[in-house]
Amino acid sequence: MLTKRIIPCLDIKNRRVTKGVKFQNNVDLGDPVAMAAGYCADGCDELVFYDITASAERRPIDIGMVSEVAKAIHIPFAVGGGISTIQDMSRVLLAGAEKISVNSLAVLKPSLIAEGARAFGRQCIVLGMDPVRAEDRVRFPSGYEVTIRGFRERTGLDALAWARQAEDLGAGEIVVNSVDADGTRQGFELALTKLIAEGVHIPVVASGGAGRPSHVVDVFREAHADAAIVAGMIHTGEYKIQTIKAALADAGIPVRRVW
Amino acid sequence: MITLVDYKAGNLTSVRLAFEHLGVPVRITDDPAVVRDSDRIVFPGVGAAASAMETLRAGSLVESLRAAAARGVPFLGICLGTQIILESSEEDGGVPCVGLIRGSARRFQFDDPRIKVPQMGWNAVSLRRPHPVFEGIPDASEFYFVHSYYPDPAEPGDRLGDTEYGGFTFASVLGRGNVVATQFHPEKSGRVGLQLLTNFARWDGSC
Repeated sequence: MLTKRIIPCLDIKNRRVTKGVKFQNNVDLGDPVAMAAGYCADGCDELVFYDITASAERRPIDIGMVSEVAKAIHIPFAVGGGISTIQDMSRVLLAGAEKISVNSLAVLKPSLIAEGARAFGRQCIVLGMDPVRAEDRVRFPSGYEVTIRGFRERTGLDALAWARQAEDLGAGEIVVNSVDADGTRQGFELALTKLIAEGVHIPVVASGGAGRPSHVVDVFREAHADAAIVAGMIHTGEYKIQTIKAALADAGIPVRRVW
Repeated sequence: MITLVDYKAGNLTSVRLAFEHLGVPVRITDDPAVVRDSDRIVFPGVGAAASAMETLRAGSLVESLRAAAARGVPFLGICLGTQIILESSEEDGGVPCVGLIRGSARRFQFDDPRIKVPQMGWNAVSLRRPHPVFEGIPDASEFYFVHSYYPDPAEPGDRLGDTEYGGFTFASVLGRGNVVATQFHPEKSGRVGLQLLTNFARWDGSC
């Protein structure tokens, strides 16, 4: 049986892992390579690295860091931030990453998804999306609007419509990061996750809001996510990956055992 | 020395890094003569069968792979590398492949729309018989999979390991003499994957 994945997310700024709430008040958490190796030893199933300033600084992603991570860990990882061309994608994959995550730039230029999928296979192309709750059900039938550039800009796109369009364009996976839940540690936005997970035919990764193991249980059991991103709850040292996996196993959710 | 066949497969770097981590020397080549004369071959792969076969044919690598495998050298196929050592793939309406093992790669078909394709993530592999490449790896260990097509060997004896996805059990490991091939990615399967690669580096090709 396919197991549910636990994916630590590392936000990178100047080659350091940083964590903020809603992209603000960031604090330094440590060295990305050392943290990645630690989470692997603790049994994480995959990792995701976001170069959170690459896009704003209009520079390509930090390839040196991607190479260092690839040498240190031997499980899949995705990389996002500032990827705007097929050449950027190729460099990231050649450096040893499995997946490329595109977000704001895919909204501005949807053909990026199609070109990436054609060149490298759709399993490489992850769409990251940051939806926010929206009242206007006429414009946003799903109840969520897609934001870009670190939640700063609204796009006028309905979250479910954009997810389906991305699937049609060739995305192999979608990370759904709730703007409303991000950094709150009050639990995932279950309604949003469920809506997208049941609305597309590709794997959906829930993101934003994980604060304790029961939140992760809920997002798998109630919202049918295929994987869950955790950040603050493990970065603080409050919880171990193994603690989260034990809670999932107790709830009857299949998880990978680590020998 | 392991020969890692370079036909622009997406996971070439990851496979190389895994062997380097293990201290196993790897030579990366697209030279058909070098491939033909190799004494140990890893055939990686990610992506689409048709374009992979096109690259292999353009580089005159198909005959070299067949010749090396026929000499009995230990041969490891990975992911797409496993699908295209079969005779054909259903991808793009049918693609003739390398043909080291009889059978075809077929697309996952599920009536239940909740079963996602590609299968992406960690899933258990149950061996049908012991094999030197799996020595020291607990049965039903999870490995990392990413694929929309699965290997369907014609001979039941070539089916070395099974994996269940969406209620369907497919051949996740193929084994025939000196050829072993995994649908999963050992280079991205953490400790158990590294153990498999270590075992392969030491295997004499008999079983």
